[in-house]
Amino acid sequence: MSAESFLELNGLRVGYGGEAVLSDISMAIARGQFVALLGASGCGKTTLLRTIAGFIHPDAGVIRVEGRDITAAPPDRRDMALMFQSYALWPHMTVAQNIGYGLKLRRVPRPEAAARVAELAASLGLADLLQRKPGQLSGGQRQRVALGRALAVSPRILLLDEPLSNLDARIRVSVRQEIRALQQQLGITAIHVTHDREEAMVLADRIVILNAGRIAQVGTPEAVYNAPVSPFVAAFMGAENVLVLASEPAGDRIRIAPGPANEAAEVPRAGRDLTRGAIEARFRPHEARLHPAGAAVAPDALALHGQVLSVSYPGGQWRHMVRTGAADILVDASQAFAPGSAVTVEVPAPVLYLFNPAAPDPQTSRGATDRPVPNASA
Amino acid sequence: MARVLSALWWLPRGLVLGLLAFAIFGPIANLVLWAVAEKWYFPHVLPLQYGFSYWAKVFAPRGDALTSLVTSIVVACFVVAVSILLAIPAGYALARLRLPFRSLILLAFLIPQAFPNLTVYVNIARIFYQTGLAGTIPGVVLVHVMHCLVYAVWIATAAFAAIDPELEEAARATGAPPLRAFVDITLPLAMPGLMASAIFVFLESLDEFTGSYFVGAPYVHLMPLQLYTAGAGGNYQIASITALLLLIPSVGFMLVVERALTADVLSRIGR
Repeated sequence: MSAESFLELNGLRVGYGGEAVLSDISMAIARGQFVALLGASGCGKTTLLRTIAGFIHPDAGVIRVEGRDITAAPPDRRDMALMFQSYALWPHMTVAQNIGYGLKLRRVPRPEAAARVAELAASLGLADLLQRKPGQLSGGQRQRVALGRALAVSPRILLLDEPLSNLDARIRVSVRQEIRALQQQLGITAIHVTHDREEAMVLADRIVILNAGRIAQVGTPEAVYNAPVSPFVAAFMGAENVLVLASEPAGDRIRIAPGPANEAAEVPRAGRDLTRGAIEARFRPHEARLHPAGAAVAPDALALHGQVLSVSYPGGQWRHMVRTGAADILVDASQAFAPGSAVTVEVPAPVLYLFNPAAPDPQTSRGATDRPVPNASA
Repeated sequence: MARVLSALWWLPRGLVLGLLAFAIFGPIANLVLWAVAEKWYFPHVLPLQYGFSYWAKVFAPRGDALTSLVTSIVVACFVVAVSILLAIPAGYALARLRLPFRSLILLAFLIPQAFPNLTVYVNIARIFYQTGLAGTIPGVVLVHVMHCLVYAVWIATAAFAAIDPELEEAARATGAPPLRAFVDITLPLAMPGLMASAIFVFLESLDEFTGSYFVGAPYVHLMPLQLYTAGAGGNYQIASITALLLLIPSVGFMLVVERALTADVLSRIGR
């Protein structure tokens, strides 16, 4: 891994009752980076965070901070702070005591500790609540206290376990900005676990997508969004429309054979390693365009013929359910097409994600996820 | 019609509540009467003469009753100390660690209660006579601890189990070594439950008769033995006063338990 990597995970394997929860987790995180661990529930993201924090011991692999092996170090000797999903505030202590506990442990002189607590509380908007107990606080206030407690000890690494999932949607967006601003301001290295794609995209410098205990892709938000390396990542990033097409790679182009519902098309290869024959194509509803049947499409775009089954208005654009061949897909358009009308769906080449058909055995699909990803060092 | 029915519904309810109140307060009222009765014999419904001369006798500096009360309290305090010191690590381990045969271990503390008391204590007395523990305060404390440990450990286990492990993990993540996290976070949070278990043990020890009789008597003279002697000798006044004194910690216990043993803790007892 690179010399400047601050936190380094190498070949981590975590088992629970003989079953592997995490396998082959390797990554390097630079100082000051904000990394989001993104995945569906049960993918092992919280397990990975708890392993980094020291609450779970990996069966294999090494965790290093600044080159020092801390794999066997207990949680209290790692100089990290963990913010729990439940916040885990101590109910018998006041807000000030909760925030100042880490300073007390480090034998910071009392006036100095009090000043630090007051300063943190002020920046988190808790200045008037210092003498309250956690039971007397609202969800948003508790969340701030938990963040203040984690930041008070100036940890080298801040670990956040779905810190926003217990807040309601409107507070979540503003707290998200605050966390990002604080992290930038303090220059702390942060690892944030979430199942919310948008949250990960907005907060993180780098996103690590986990699938069934393995890293599916690592990259900047734009890289994982625009260049997903696997159907799983594409689907997780919103490309839920799936088609099966026939491909003929030819030089730096990929030719798509005409099918019962699609016209022939040619898209740039863009370094994709595709086999000849059936491939899986994915795209997002809002990135396709909807035209009346027979309309001409751009030269690099895929044209699909179909019929509108239903139309709804979720806000912003009209969402159409379109049947093309055997598949039903969702396509957004700024104007509504009546159910039953024949349409042409245009999918521009850059937003059409093509993959080799998914192998049924997860062991063989491993090759795809372990392959070095161009954006991994971003 | 409905109003008449709901009014009539109060009749059986009032009756049952009244009977319940009588069942609870009847004997206590009798106790209070006997405690202040100077003269009270058969055909009379109420005492013929009231006074506190028996109280003076009980609290006389050299009276048997007072010394037995002091001995009982000393023994009970030791029993509480030993039981709680054993119950804290045992309860924590049973609540937190993934121990094999966990429920079997919990059940093992119940064994002294599972057999007839007399059989157990007669045998203990025999062993204690051989080892010189019989008739000594440590011997009585030991017998009481064995009897009380089931409550102490079960309640302590429930108290620790009711605390979210994440609270302790949060302390560890903040930089606290394991023992420090336990002392600063887990112990204070378990304290209400541990207090309840301590009071329970205190009362059990104060109340324990069979073990005290076989192992302690006649050298260690405890309150229940005093009560027994007074009652058997027909001295109802002394017996009533002693019983009333024994009632004080019980009432205090109920007040504490009502606050400390929340449903959260209670639901975890014996699990």
